[in-house]
Amino acid sequence: MNADLQMVTPELMLGILGFGLMVIDMLADPAEKRLVGWLGIAGLLITLVPSAVLLLSAPRFAFTNTYAVDPFAAFFKIIAILSAVLVLMAAMEFFRSRPTAHEGDVYVLIVFMVLGLVLMAAAADLILLFLAIEWVSLISYVLAGSLKADPKSNEAGVKYFFYGAAASAVMLYGFTYLYGAGGTTNVYALARRLGDIEPGFLVVAVVLILAGLGFKISLVPFHQWTPDVYEGAPTPITAFLSVGSKAAGFAALLRLFSIALPPGAWVTVLAVLAACSMSVGNLIALSQQNIKRMLAYSSIAHAGYMLIGVVALSAGAPLPGSGIGALLYYLLAYTFTNTGAFAVAIAIEHVLGSDAIPDYAGLSQRAPGAAAAMAVFMLSLTGIPFTALFFGKLLLFGAAIQSGFLWLAVFGIVNSVVSLYYYVGVIRVMYQVAPPEGAGTLPESPLVRVLLLVTVAGTIVLGVFPQPFLTLVQTASAMLKI
Amino acid sequence: MVSGVLSVTLWLPAAGAFLLLFVPRNRVPAIRIVALITVLLDLAASVWAGVLFDRGHAEVLQLVERVPWIPSLGITYHLGVDGLSLPLVILTTFLTVLCVIYSWRVDFRPKEYMILFLLLETGMVGVFLALDFFLFYFFWEVSLVPMYFIIGVWGGPRRAYAAIKFFLYTLAGSLAMLLSILILYFHSNPRTFDIIGLIQQKPLAHDLPLAVLAFWGFFLSFAIKVPMFPFHTWLPDAHVEAPTAGSVILAGILLKLGTYGFVRILLPLLPNAFHRMADLVAVLAVVGAVYGAMVAMAQTDLKKLIAYSSVNHMGYVMLGIAAAAAVDGRSGLSGAAATTLDGATMQMLAHGVITGALFLLVGVIYDYRAHTRGVKDFGGLGARLPLYAGITIVTMLGSLGLPFLMGFVAEFLIFLGAFQIYPVFTVLALVGVVITVAYFLWTIQQIFLGPLNPRWAALPDLDARERWAVVPLVAVMILAGVFPGPLIGVINLAMVNILSLVR
Repeated sequence: MNADLQMVTPELMLGILGFGLMVIDMLADPAEKRLVGWLGIAGLLITLVPSAVLLLSAPRFAFTNTYAVDPFAAFFKIIAILSAVLVLMAAMEFFRSRPTAHEGDVYVLIVFMVLGLVLMAAAADLILLFLAIEWVSLISYVLAGSLKADPKSNEAGVKYFFYGAAASAVMLYGFTYLYGAGGTTNVYALARRLGDIEPGFLVVAVVLILAGLGFKISLVPFHQWTPDVYEGAPTPITAFLSVGSKAAGFAALLRLFSIALPPGAWVTVLAVLAACSMSVGNLIALSQQNIKRMLAYSSIAHAGYMLIGVVALSAGAPLPGSGIGALLYYLLAYTFTNTGAFAVAIAIEHVLGSDAIPDYAGLSQRAPGAAAAMAVFMLSLTGIPFTALFFGKLLLFGAAIQSGFLWLAVFGIVNSVVSLYYYVGVIRVMYQVAPPEGAGTLPESPLVRVLLLVTVAGTIVLGVFPQPFLTLVQTASAMLKI
Repeated sequence: MVSGVLSVTLWLPAAGAFLLLFVPRNRVPAIRIVALITVLLDLAASVWAGVLFDRGHAEVLQLVERVPWIPSLGITYHLGVDGLSLPLVILTTFLTVLCVIYSWRVDFRPKEYMILFLLLETGMVGVFLALDFFLFYFFWEVSLVPMYFIIGVWGGPRRAYAAIKFFLYTLAGSLAMLLSILILYFHSNPRTFDIIGLIQQKPLAHDLPLAVLAFWGFFLSFAIKVPMFPFHTWLPDAHVEAPTAGSVILAGILLKLGTYGFVRILLPLLPNAFHRMADLVAVLAVVGAVYGAMVAMAQTDLKKLIAYSSVNHMGYVMLGIAAAAAVDGRSGLSGAAATTLDGATMQMLAHGVITGALFLLVGVIYDYRAHTRGVKDFGGLGARLPLYAGITIVTMLGSLGLPFLMGFVAEFLIFLGAFQIYPVFTVLALVGVVITVAYFLWTIQQIFLGPLNPRWAALPDLDARERWAVVPLVAVMILAGVFPGPLIGVINLAMVNILSLVR
């Protein structure tokens, strides 16, 4: 038992941090809730250390084989913590212009949500996985609705809850199929017992499970909640949902599908869903005029690109050409780029009070730093070289070709061209449209500067010097199977 | 031999752009001087590379730099020049200097303008120097972004439309190329992105259907860039809306990236597939040459006229390349293939110099004097602006292929070689030459001859800055037209080598 507890040091630290922050939040002066945020950032950064150590250790199990302690899980711990740190910074900026009594609660809940994301990525048992997903979901509902005075935020919370509850129930039903066929809830034991399962039966189970996990990663056709929740939720929470939740959803998807399920017709189902997700997301994003809704549809499209990594699992070879490695790289790249894009949206919302893309007119003259950063993020989301997501796309399309899904790579490429139009649309407004008459320069807070510096640096370094990170994802993906 | 001169040529402009970030935006003279010094140093670096280059062995890739970049994917930082790429690199650095001189008066956000021009230079030089597909693709795409901004921010009234059209077209092509690169990569053994390594391996030599697929990926990318008929529709929009210096770079260098790709990559890498498709490419090239010339004749906007004349001239280049690809296996014609490829490469350079000069000359009259580009709006300028008229007439004659000017040498070699391979297509393409002669002479007549339009009675002739931007190009045009020998010698060695790789 003691050894088990030692293996989950990061999780314990996160739990202690969450409860500690709760107490501090109660004691802190209502005007000084930012203290909670700063302490949260500091605590999360400390938790990064034991998580990084786990990256290098051999894969093990804790708590009677229900909980995996492997580099794969450690990688997702790092993504969850990194994105939470960035989101906490963004949230502190966000609440400067929207004072609320619940500011401290939001910081605490973000830290608790990290714990949930970490559990999702490491769960090796269906029941634990379900509990982790529920943990994350419940916190997400509260966070999405945390602007109590804003009807849109309330709507987001309620909508998210109803969709989420239904999706979870369907997913749980899908888990019972696996349990019924395999007689166990352990993912690794299932792998041994599902060898000769009826393929049609497996497809039904996969589709049911996808209702839950696809909901988390906003995959078509489980995506309908995304635009409304993204628009209504407080922007930092939107950023967290688009990065942290999505990454953890993919972690669960990867572990479950690559370990427990024998390859079969479900791979084709996933490939079709990936193609649909890319196309639907990109086509609807073309006409969006609100930055958060645009990023919501873009996030649906990116779920499609990422799913290529799961489809290409069957290729199995280690990097290059491994779907897992490509997906992990993409998620890391997406964490920096997408959080950065939301950070700019938050900064602009703070000074302009608007989320509308046309209001970004002339931003390159009014806020040159933020505009340049946004341009980098938009180019990265399109997949232009020197940015992180270009390299991620290269790996994903490569994995697709490698595993015989050339048509899926073609789909991805056509979609990248389509997406250029709306991503560059933002750049066009910022750089080519003149600012409104008499508009002065906009102030940039030091917090936003740091946030943008980190995210731009991450986006460019991952795009230009990918080697160390390739090694990282290789370690993290190669040891997934034991 | 390890030498850093190519890296210096490549990264100097980017370093200058980085330096410019720290110059306050209201210090406009300082911004211009930093930019000018950077591009001059870069020209010096590229010329120094030319001095170090052993012209007697121009077929060998020289001044090679090779450092592992992303070892686990077999990606290296691999640079080198031969008789094909070195002249194009020098053309790039040379034209960029002239553009910076010409852009001295740009006073709308000059800091961003100069930064983007310097980044563009790094992107273009990078494409010509790169010998690794990843690096090649990297610079290929990187050169898109600054051009998008240059058209989109400093362009004419329809700049937003032209800029996004340019970006969408070329990105669609680039991504198709990415797919082909990945296909080649996954069929190579050992896995490599190295262009030279892949040319030696020819991984798709025994899989014709896949080779044809990969061919179309590259073809789409290069043909859009060239641009070949029917992928040319972005070009007139981009040229008309781009600021003058942007048009110069677009016509002078960016179009050459496409033809360079055909010669450097498609010809030696996928010879089987290219051989199969050569007739089709030749047809498109001839259609482009004739159609471009005919549409150019119908234009009344000088910039559009020159844009379509580019479609026409690049059609000749593509005819030469297609002829060289068609030769594969017919051994008696290898000399003709080398000749026509020499001409194609020479035409890339000639078109860069001549069309670059033409766009500068249009800019001279449009940006700072008449503010109109209508051919019919002028008349009798020859008496009023003798220097301007003289230079423009020489350049237009160069463009229509007058002997003793650079363009003639190029077109003569293309047709000389191509006639032995594709006699019918070559004769058809010559129709384009006749039309070109017609519309340029007509244009000269309408602008410079006849009675002086009283509206332009007060126009001043070229000032010192404009002379510095234009006269060097005319000098090169005449020099390379009268003494083409040394240049062709260098190019020929490289072309013979590339053709030997085909077999």
